[in-house]
Amino acid sequence: MRNLIAVPVILLSVILQSAVISRVYLLSGIADLPLVLLAAWALQEEVDSAWHWAAATGLLVGFVSGISWVVPVLGYSAVVALAQVFQRRVWQAPLLAMFSITFVGTILLSVLSLIVLRVAGVPLPIDDALGLVTLPTVLLNMLLAIPVYAVMRDLARWVYPSPEVE
Amino acid sequence: MALALGGYFSSASNVFTGSLVNLQTWFSTRFVAIQDFFTSPRDIASLRQRNAELEAEVAELQSQVIQLQQQVGQTQILSALVDFVRVSPENTYRAAAVIGRDPSPFLHYVIINRGSNDGILRGMPVVTNQGLIGRVEAVIADAARVQLITDPASSVNVRLQNAETEASLVGSVTGDVTLELIPQDIYIQPGDLVLTSGLGGGYPPDLIIGQVVNVRSRDFDLFQQATVQPVVDFNHLEIVLVILNFKPVDISPLIPTP
Repeated sequence: MRNLIAVPVILLSVILQSAVISRVYLLSGIADLPLVLLAAWALQEEVDSAWHWAAATGLLVGFVSGISWVVPVLGYSAVVALAQVFQRRVWQAPLLAMFSITFVGTILLSVLSLIVLRVAGVPLPIDDALGLVTLPTVLLNMLLAIPVYAVMRDLARWVYPSPEVE
Repeated sequence: MALALGGYFSSASNVFTGSLVNLQTWFSTRFVAIQDFFTSPRDIASLRQRNAELEAEVAELQSQVIQLQQQVGQTQILSALVDFVRVSPENTYRAAAVIGRDPSPFLHYVIINRGSNDGILRGMPVVTNQGLIGRVEAVIADAARVQLITDPASSVNVRLQNAETEASLVGSVTGDVTLELIPQDIYIQPGDLVLTSGLGGGYPPDLIIGQVVNVRSRDFDLFQQATVQPVVDFNHLEIVLVILNFKPVDISPLIPTP
């Protein structure tokens, strides 16, 4: 039953991404709320359903977007994998882990998008794509990272309450 | 009595009345001060309540103003679209609101709130009163995804009105649109109007796209290039028109594969 919280959260994040965040540009980059949200969720110790969230979010974003569904599914799964690795190694500094995952995850997803689009025959100059899209996107995602982490930490505490110590 | 009438008590009377007036003034000012002290907190409370009521009223009026401004903006857009439909009666249109954009920053798509239930099919051109914006790329029952002409995968066959030549308009990841495949012997200049040519069957002819901004012509290139300023502001798309009576032609089977 706890996993049902994923349905409204993922739906809301994808709707917000498409309706609001995609209209806020920095050069040609836009923030990726589902990516930041997944990274923050997967970093919470109690959470054991991050892979399901990644798959569901990836499929939903793939449905809304013109890009192949393979890109968001693989990209978001990679973000969850990164988060689990970072959670074990830098568990004492969750914000550092959050920033690291956001940075690496955004670049990973951008590179994956570039590869898939180039294979599909879309003429994308690499320097334009990295300089005008990827780097601004990284910056915007970093700005989103702290508030989203705080919200997801509270959500995780609400969904997975810690047992009372007597 | 005689002394008083004679004016011999006037100075004593003045001192007496002056003292009385001073005493009354002293009592009066103290009373008013004490009255203010006890009544002013009630006045502040009532003023605060009134202020809160007025602030709430102002906030409500401001929200009404915003709503009305939004309605005025939408009415102006709809009015312009109606004018456009009137001057192009040969086409059948379906108005749709833009409700989202593609989540990927590499692609330039918008999502509209009309789908197959409204007769929209894949490939139908989408315009505003200003000019062409793209074509429907995917459809579900109540929504559709429109590929903008600024998308890097978009390619539109166009003609230059003044130069009487044809070219290909391609988008880019930054949203800029460029004219390619312009023959070297054609003279084009900034300000030339770019229209759809209708070649290839993907778009109807003579839809306005924009104007040439600058031209890049180098002797060692096979073709010239030109940057185009679209007439449509793609960052502020709100309501668009889908051309329902245009059926795109799929010419891909005719293109020889190597």
